[in-house]
Amino acid sequence: MNTFSTFDIAGSALAAQSLRLNLTASNLANMHDVTGDPANAYRARHAVFRAASQPFSNTLAGVDVLGVVESKTPATERYDPGNPQANAEGMVYAPNVNAMEEMANMISASRSYQSNLEVINTAKQLLMRTLTLGQG
Amino acid sequence: MESIFGIHEAALLYRAKRMDVIAANLANADTPNYQARDLDFASALDGAFAGATQLKATDPRHLALNPLTSGDALKYRIPHQPSLDGNTVESDLESARYAENAVSYQASLLFANNRISTLRAALAGGR
Repeated sequence: MNTFSTFDIAGSALAAQSLRLNLTASNLANMHDVTGDPANAYRARHAVFRAASQPFSNTLAGVDVLGVVESKTPATERYDPGNPQANAEGMVYAPNVNAMEEMANMISASRSYQSNLEVINTAKQLLMRTLTLGQG
Repeated sequence: MESIFGIHEAALLYRAKRMDVIAANLANADTPNYQARDLDFASALDGAFAGATQLKATDPRHLALNPLTSGDALKYRIPHQPSLDGNTVESDLESARYAENAVSYQASLLFANNRISTLRAALAGGR
C-alpha cells in the first residue's frame, strides 16, 4: 500500500475539476462571438471523465480526463444584416452555449474541487500526526 | 509475538486504506457509471482477529483457518438516490464518512501514543 496514494487520487480529481472550470470559462467567454458561417461558429466544450481504475478491480485510482468533446447542437441562427460578420443573406450564427447549463456546471465543478481539497488537507493532517507518533 | 499496539496497528492500516477508498469515491463524484465502494468493517475485524490467532501452515496443502474472510474486501455501495448517469457516489455522505474515518484514525493514533508513553514511564521507572 502506498501511503501517499490519497494525494494522487484527490490530486487527479483537482486537475479534472479545474479543467472543467476552465472549459466553462472558455464557453462563457465566447458566448457572444458571432460568425457568418455556421461551420466556423464556436461550439460549447465539455470534458469527459472516466474512472482511472478498471471496473470490478481491487485497485484504487482517481479520475482520468478521457477528452474534451464539442457539443453537437446546431449554432443559433439570427437575422442581423447590420452586423459586419453577417453573410450574404444577412444571417449571423452564434455559439450553441447554454448559459444556464454552464453556470450549473461551474457550481458543480467548484463544489467537487472544494471537497477534494478537503480530502487532501485532512489526509495531510493525519499523516503529519502519524509522523510525530511517540514524540508527545 | 503480539504487537505492542494491540488491535490499533491493524486499525490504523484499515483506516488508512479506507481513507483511500473514500478519496477515490469523492474523486469520481462526477464520473458517469462509477460505482462507489467501501471497506467492510466487520470482515476487516474478523481478518485482524484471524491474523492474531492464525494456525501455522507448515505445508502448502494446509487449509487456511478462515479462507473466506479477507480484511481488504471492497464492497459496492447501495445508493439512497441513484443518479441518471449511473454514478452511485453521494458526495455529502462520502464527506461525512471521510470525517468519521479521520476521527477514528486519530483515536487509534491516540491509543498508540498513550501506549508509547506508558512504556516510556515503565522504562524510566517513575523517575
